[in-house]
Amino acid sequence: MSTAELEERDPGRLERTAIGGVLVREIINFSSYWRSTTFSSTVEPTIYLLAFGFGFGSLVSVVGGYDYIDFVATGTVATAVLFSSIFPAMFGTFIKYKFQHTYDAILAAPVDTEELVTGEALWLAMRASVYGCAPLLVGLVFGLDPSWGMLAVPAINFVAGYGWACTGVAIAGWLKGIENFNYVTSAVITPLFLVAGTFFPLTGLPGWVQALAQLNPLFHCVQLVRHAAFGWEGWADVWNFAFLIIFGLLMWRVAIAAMERKLID
Amino acid sequence: MNDRAACDPFDVPSAAHALELSHVVKRYGEITAVNGLDLVVPEGRCVGLLGPNGAGKSTTMRMLTAQTIADEGQITVLGHELPGDSKAARARMGVVPQLDNLDTTLTVEQNLVVFSHLYRVPKAKRKAAIERVLRIANLGQRRDSKVDELSGGMRRRLLIGRSLIHQPQLVLLDEPTVGLDPQVRQELWALIDLLRSEGVSILMSTHYIEEAERLCDSVTIVSHGSAVAVGAPTELVAEHAGRDAVEIYGSPERLVEVEAEMAKEGFPTRRTGTSIAVLGLDDADGRAPAGERRPANLEDVFVLLTGEEIA
Repeated sequence: MSTAELEERDPGRLERTAIGGVLVREIINFSSYWRSTTFSSTVEPTIYLLAFGFGFGSLVSVVGGYDYIDFVATGTVATAVLFSSIFPAMFGTFIKYKFQHTYDAILAAPVDTEELVTGEALWLAMRASVYGCAPLLVGLVFGLDPSWGMLAVPAINFVAGYGWACTGVAIAGWLKGIENFNYVTSAVITPLFLVAGTFFPLTGLPGWVQALAQLNPLFHCVQLVRHAAFGWEGWADVWNFAFLIIFGLLMWRVAIAAMERKLID
Repeated sequence: MNDRAACDPFDVPSAAHALELSHVVKRYGEITAVNGLDLVVPEGRCVGLLGPNGAGKSTTMRMLTAQTIADEGQITVLGHELPGDSKAARARMGVVPQLDNLDTTLTVEQNLVVFSHLYRVPKAKRKAAIERVLRIANLGQRRDSKVDELSGGMRRRLLIGRSLIHQPQLVLLDEPTVGLDPQVRQELWALIDLLRSEGVSILMSTHYIEEAERLCDSVTIVSHGSAVAVGAPTELVAEHAGRDAVEIYGSPERLVEVEAEMAKEGFPTRRTGTSIAVLGLDDADGRAPAGERRPANLEDVFVLLTGEEIA
């Protein structure tokens, strides 16, 4: 019997089998809605890329030493990662909690909140890792030069996506109603999205904005992707990557705490 | 020792208990949802947790999976102390929730695949486990149907079947037939009876008296968060209501009078909505009132013990 093996040892924390079970659930569910998700996750950043790339590109041809379309193609990778992780995390978590009662079912199984959050964030990070490459591929079609460094982009996307997914879970865990999501989107996500060096370099902004941007994970993701495509910048990139890892670990714990508060009474 | 006897009508040694709660308390601010509850499910028995809405049944069910943490008291499930060892207990326990939480865009079989992973059925045994559940739940023909396309009864069967994917030793059923029509309810009773005959320990919360009477070896009647009576349904009826009840019909004013008269005589009564049922008539001899005589039942006990006002 399946349970006999289990009894031999005490189940610990963050078990691979428990996280795997949560992942399997997400993957099987994904098979029923992947078309619409893939469409929105890839088409939206591509539209940004084309609109800004050609719209602005006709006014400014070179930005920060790069062709503007190349500048935007690399920048919107981070946007695609952000959108395809934080929003599904916010809405997905809330819907599963409030309307589908999915978490009641999962937590009645030998899965703890910690494993539940980890599994769901890992899955969104994997998805974001792939979706985030779409703008880069579009950029390549429009003349971006391929480089070996680009092979690191999925890994950068994964780490950033994990942090954003955890942020989304934490927001859903923290907020009482889905209507409050609007506050977060307008007051937090939109500024983060705009002040990250995606569409224009931050060098033209006031000093204090530049200083604040250093705290924006999206900025570090944009920098890393750009350097991956155009040439690494040594310690600066080590710092960028370290920042994303710290961001991911921190938000992971915050998300777990928020969900434990929500799910266990 | 006395406490144990009070909540354990089977007098089974505690090592053989699938589940045991003693003096469990759960408060939400000013409200005490569970108030010193004692409850035992001996191995291989089906125990009913019977009580009106708001008696603390659902809170109790959530405490057994450690989704609600008790403020006081002890909970042991399959030999594991909760909430610390809850995960090991959950691995050997199946849970049928009151609210349907199937993945509705997935097929019947996909739902079972997901749960075979969540409940850690080893890879080599997964296929057989899924086939077994499809057979038990009688859903073999509908394995490729999306849950959205199933009838209410089929969804419930799948929900129960899903909880059996890992051959649990203990199954918790939270209001398993609430909101279903009588035919579907009978179908589910047959399914629960099958489990019982296979030796699975069952705790079932319900407020359908007939369900408890038919399926449970013992019931614990809860009111305001604590147990007010424990025993086999027939024993409880004999003890609290006697052999027969006499129903007296009349205008609402007349019924109020009857209630007062019977109280004076020392007979317990309970309202049925259209009549007053007079109970405890075993030793009444000639003093028994005139009216329609019928065998006393668990519903009489239930209403007598849990009160008549709706909270």
